[in-house]
Amino acid sequence: MRRGPEVLVNGVELLADLSGALYWPARRTLVVADLHLEKGSAFAVRGQLLPPYDSAATLQALAETIARYEPERVICLGDSFHDDGAAERLASADGAALRRLTAAHDWIWIAGNHDPVPPAAWGGRVETRVTLGALTFRHQAGGEHAPGEVSGHYHPRASVRTRARRITGRCFVSDGRRLVLPAFGAYTGGLDVLDPVIAGLFPRGFSVHLLGRESVYSFASTALADR
Amino acid sequence: MLAAARSGRSALLIAPTGGGKTLAGFLPALIDLAESPRDGLHTLYVSPLKALAVDIHRNLTRPIEELGLDLACETRTGDTPQAKRRRQRRSPPQLLMTTPESLALLLSYHDAPQVFAGLNAVVVDELHALADNKRGNLLALGLARLQGLAPGCRRVGLSATVHDPQALVAWLSPTGRHADAPVRLIRAGGGAAPKVEILGTRAHLPWSGHMAVHALAEVFERIRAARTTLVFVNTRAQAEIVFRELWRLNEDGLAIALHHGSLSAEQRRKVEAAMARGELRAVVATSSLDLGVDWAAVDLVVQIGAPKGVSRLLQRIGRANHRLDRPSRALLVPANRFEVLECRAALEGLRAGTLDGDPPKPGGLDVLAQHILGTACSGPFDTDALYAEVTRAAPYVALSRPDFDDVLAFVADGGYALGGYERYQRLGRDRHGRYRVASPAHLRRYRMNVGTIVEAPTVRVKLKHGRVLGEVEEYFVRGLVPGDSFVFAGELLTFEGLRETWAEVTRGPAGGEPKVPAYAGGRLPLSTHLAERVRAMLETPRRWRDLPPNVAEWLRMQRRRSVLPPAEGLLVETFPRGQKQFLVAYCFEGRNAHQTLGMLLTRRMERAGLGPLGFVATDYVLAIWSLEPVTDAAALFDQDMLGDDLEEWMADSSMLRRTFRQVAVIAGLIERRHPGREKTGRQVTVSADLIYDVLRKYEPDHVLLRATRADAAGGLTDIGRLAGMLSRVRGRITHRALPRVSPLAVPVLLEIGKEQVFGTALDELLDENARALIEEATSGLEVIQAELPL
Repeated sequence: MRRGPEVLVNGVELLADLSGALYWPARRTLVVADLHLEKGSAFAVRGQLLPPYDSAATLQALAETIARYEPERVICLGDSFHDDGAAERLASADGAALRRLTAAHDWIWIAGNHDPVPPAAWGGRVETRVTLGALTFRHQAGGEHAPGEVSGHYHPRASVRTRARRITGRCFVSDGRRLVLPAFGAYTGGLDVLDPVIAGLFPRGFSVHLLGRESVYSFASTALADR
Repeated sequence: MLAAARSGRSALLIAPTGGGKTLAGFLPALIDLAESPRDGLHTLYVSPLKALAVDIHRNLTRPIEELGLDLACETRTGDTPQAKRRRQRRSPPQLLMTTPESLALLLSYHDAPQVFAGLNAVVVDELHALADNKRGNLLALGLARLQGLAPGCRRVGLSATVHDPQALVAWLSPTGRHADAPVRLIRAGGGAAPKVEILGTRAHLPWSGHMAVHALAEVFERIRAARTTLVFVNTRAQAEIVFRELWRLNEDGLAIALHHGSLSAEQRRKVEAAMARGELRAVVATSSLDLGVDWAAVDLVVQIGAPKGVSRLLQRIGRANHRLDRPSRALLVPANRFEVLECRAALEGLRAGTLDGDPPKPGGLDVLAQHILGTACSGPFDTDALYAEVTRAAPYVALSRPDFDDVLAFVADGGYALGGYERYQRLGRDRHGRYRVASPAHLRRYRMNVGTIVEAPTVRVKLKHGRVLGEVEEYFVRGLVPGDSFVFAGELLTFEGLRETWAEVTRGPAGGEPKVPAYAGGRLPLSTHLAERVRAMLETPRRWRDLPPNVAEWLRMQRRRSVLPPAEGLLVETFPRGQKQFLVAYCFEGRNAHQTLGMLLTRRMERAGLGPLGFVATDYVLAIWSLEPVTDAAALFDQDMLGDDLEEWMADSSMLRRTFRQVAVIAGLIERRHPGREKTGRQVTVSADLIYDVLRKYEPDHVLLRATRADAAGGLTDIGRLAGMLSRVRGRITHRALPRVSPLAVPVLLEIGKEQVFGTALDELLDENARALIEEATSGLEVIQAELPL
């Protein structure tokens, strides 16, 4: 697998990984956003019996990414659990897998709007935001002046028109000042980056790092296909 | 018919369109009710079209009044007001006209046993259009249920002429089998033979395209000469183009209207009503008018483009002059040279009286899931009894008990092997061990999602500050940029932008070439019977003498530039075009087999590093385009491609994904999108694509994935035929590497309905774009230096 592109945010060198995770080599820190664990069973509670394997799929992908980078610290940028009841619905095997991961790392749960109080049962510590060096990690981007802000929440996706056709995928979004991660969860959809809700965060333009099948590709916002 | 009714026997009446067969279906009921009047539902009429139910209702009201009968005759469809529907359940009319979906809904109420207890007969109209699809599956299950509620109920089927009447006899039989069927088969006389001609156009016949624009001036003359003309086309895009072109020629201002499935219901009703009043000179229509309502005034049917099947052509021709004593008049208008061959083959088939038809497919497990939930909604059921009942429906006679149990488990709690949802069961058990619905919320959800028609996601098209014109498929809208113009509802529109749940448009062109919406569901496969006839014609040069000169010239030109497809073996051509490399294989095995072959070949090309980008299959030909050219065609077509990776590749294809989405909606896994009513926001739904990926990885044998594969195998792949071809052509592949496209290859390159390949070529393309744009990516942005928080 080719290495993801290097992304410079507030002077810090980061790697945009094909899995949708962000790696900070200097601090051996891996960042993921919007796991939405137990989203499937949240639908089941309301009577729509989606396949219950989404948490297993998400945790497996996360474990594989962690195994590749061997980070010391893992930061989950909020909405890690789809709702309040997610903790008790998580299957015991999935819970055990999660506990193994949290136990082996300095694990930080950032609180999100879906999980304002992330469950304590699986280890790790809970923060509303964390600042490390030049970067600040939080769930949702906020304010206009936000140098070094790294967040999730928006599930960004982007489309590119190629000579053969239009290609759409999850992506990182950054203007060098702040960065928004794609959603990592198996059942998480997305919002086009050209939507004013996302584009508005980057008034001076931005670039995206689009997750392809084999690698991550970088484009300026001006090169993207309008929805 | 009457004799069958008096002896209480079921009956199948096969008659050409027209001939008053619908009235024949009702006559026994009218006589019975006249002789011994009684309250309660006596006869149920089911038609595939709402409009037909409404029309039959109108046609029946008159004889009922003339005979002075005191009986109620009503319709019940999706358009029936709530209050009336409630009243109909409380005190049902003697005659009720409805659709398969409305019947399913009626059966899902707890009072169904009372409503149907005295039912004497069910009349199924246009049975040939229902017997072998999912709506027919749903109806067959509904009829099996009715038989339990009203054991004495007889069934009457009304059908156009079909290839295999015994299959319909079995479908109608209360046991689901034709051998022991107490169903009487009645055939009505054939009527006068239709007069059909192929337009020998004065204009230059195009090499490609489906719009027949070259011939429309001549078609317009025929319209002017006739009283009322039905102009049939095969796709909605064709309908739009043909309609526009006819109006461009229409200096006399003849009343010519447009009718297709994407137009708003209001607009369609208007056209139908104007037609019924005899105010129109012509209607350009898709299969939306194939069935149904009788218009006595129609004296000419025009078929634009190839007819795709003999039975279908017969059906369409029958829409003219609904009288047995006068022949129907029809004009076939081939849109390109291949279609000349196809039209001629269809005409030969018509004369030889050979109809096309495939053996019936087993019923869908997704439809069964919907039926089981509906049954549970009406009241508790016993598993063994329900299994016995279901297997009396013809599409499910061969359903195994394990399959039934898997579907039941899916309905009950999702049926997942691991991480079960026992806590969230949809079906609970009562103290007798019978299944019932666990909560009223499921009743509501069932009723919102009933039915088997799943359209591709659509977006409403709305005039700025104006009305809704209809719906187009979402992916088409997503390809539009504000300012693009496109043709829809017979108008030239400019796309202004995507609003919350609709596409906003203004009238008039914005300049540039207007686009035409394409519809994934709009294409009809050519029957294999017709494909064979075409192939034989192509292979026999002495038969070209009868062809129009420019078609014969086209074939001769192919012989000069390349070679004609050999009688045995396979012709493969390769050539560069645009920035892509093309491969065209002349297999003549029908679209479905070509579709599968396309998937397998692109997989192989992927491995060989040729970067396949996509393919398109027609009934005659398969075309693939890639980044690199194919040099060894023989190796590419080796038989071993049918090995292990067939399933793996199929599972990853966009076709299977689309099929899964439909199966998931019908089975009740994901909810139908109700246009305009859907909430915005990404948390409300999970895309079928994501579910498919997760389910395939963790439970590849789940019953819904089995149902998806069965659908794909039945409808979209044709593995058996493909295997036969691959072994036949072994060692007999003629590969022509050409400098440019050959005459015979032109049509396929202009086909719609291309399949995209999700391979690494995508990554290469992204890489290309990324490299080309790298300059822009860096220079377009202000490079922001570190701003350390102090």
